[in-house]
Amino acid sequence: MTAVEIKNLYFKYDKEWILEDINFSLKDKEFMAIIGPNGGGKTTLLKILLGFLTPNKGEIKLYGKTPKENRKIIGYVPQHTNFSLDLPITVFDIVLQGRLKKGKFFYNQKDKQKAKETLEYLKIDNLQNKKIKDLSGGQRQKVLIARSLVSEPKILMMDEPTSAIDPTGQKEILDLIENFEVTRIVVSHDIKILLRDVDKIAYIHKKAVIHEGPKLNIPKDRHFCEVELIDFLKDESCGI
Amino acid sequence: MWDLINNSVYASILLSVAIAIIGSLIVINKTTAITGSIAHGSFGGIGIAMFLGSGIILTTSVFTIVLAIILAFITIKFPHRQDSLIGVIWAVGMSIGIIFLSLTPGYQSDALSYLFGNILLVGNQDLIFMGSIDILILISIIFLYHRFLAMSYDREFLNIRGINANMLYTYFLILTSLTIVMSVRAIGIILILALFTIPGLIAERFTKKFFSMMIISGMLGLIFMISGIILSFYYNISPTPTIVIIAGIALILSLLKK
Repeated sequence: MTAVEIKNLYFKYDKEWILEDINFSLKDKEFMAIIGPNGGGKTTLLKILLGFLTPNKGEIKLYGKTPKENRKIIGYVPQHTNFSLDLPITVFDIVLQGRLKKGKFFYNQKDKQKAKETLEYLKIDNLQNKKIKDLSGGQRQKVLIARSLVSEPKILMMDEPTSAIDPTGQKEILDLIENFEVTRIVVSHDIKILLRDVDKIAYIHKKAVIHEGPKLNIPKDRHFCEVELIDFLKDESCGI
Repeated sequence: MWDLINNSVYASILLSVAIAIIGSLIVINKTTAITGSIAHGSFGGIGIAMFLGSGIILTTSVFTIVLAIILAFITIKFPHRQDSLIGVIWAVGMSIGIIFLSLTPGYQSDALSYLFGNILLVGNQDLIFMGSIDILILISIIFLYHRFLAMSYDREFLNIRGINANMLYTYFLILTSLTIVMSVRAIGIILILALFTIPGLIAERFTKKFFSMMIISGMLGLIFMISGIILSFYYNISPTPTIVIIAGIALILSLLKK
């Protein structure tokens, strides 16, 4: 089953093309890493996938519908660095927010049960009564992942899930993502993600270069590194 | 005299409901500057009402709702320039008020009472309006509690959940503007900001839950107002600044506690 399909997608801001002729598809439960330099269009592509931006040309479908039509199937994990840490709100209440939806004003018992189960699944149920500012970077990221998972999404989109987290926390987060049984799209500038069990890698720098298959296998995938001249890949993953 | 005191106590109770809910939301949404802008801008509505001879409450309500919508638009569309634009609305609103007052024949001493307020001069009509706005605020928080809290934390996520965060934010600013109108007679345009933010700032430091923050904040607001009214009686001083100074001292003391 096709989860994500992007055909001939173009997006421009003012007069400058940010994305040109992007094409890729993703099957149900596949894991895609989107990498590329800053300013290359990764975040723009994510915002288009989330339905926050509309492309100038081309087609984008999530499970057969446009992102705006199908937002309820999306779980979104933003960068955690943007939020106020002073809010008087517990971890449990943040996770419950994932159960909010149009036309629903109150949480029911099922919502609370689901939040509890998700916290247990991510092994952070011991943090449920803590304020977000009392948590480490890795724990905060897990809370945001829990908030997304609690909505039972078919597709999980994450923006830099390992930024501002210590190496141990990064490993834990990547281990979790690797094992989620939903379609996953992770935008990251952290090349460690390429060494994970990803199904596809999209290198975005205005245009998209797609690498299919499991994690980069050097030197088998040397061609991908050499031809696309991805400096940081050459240096760190490909070892060229 | 007892009527004056009775009304001021009733006004304090009604205001404390708004302080609890809207004041706490102002603090957690970091909309203090926007609230200041609407409060000062509301003087434009007062000036227009005096010039036209129309009802102060109705005219100022319409005027501040328009300001709230403009401010919502500005802060959503131009987030990187919002501080300057908020300041512009602040000054333009006040200027409109001053121009209309200068065009109004006779000396408008009543206009000055709206700048500084006097909780002892709250009349029965004012109490009815305050009560009506409190009911609106209470109904709103009952239904929108979880959405307001989610909006304070992460508006983008609210949009993903299919809830229009910008619309919710605009509604919150409209509620803020009506809260300001209900408070101008008692607290005054210039001092509203202090009374609506200090209790929330103190409460936020001592609680993990927004619901508790609202309760503590409302109780603190009531304590500040009642003690200010009592002190102003004993020392024959203006009540509103007394209330604000008590609140300010309480804030300093709370900041000293780790």
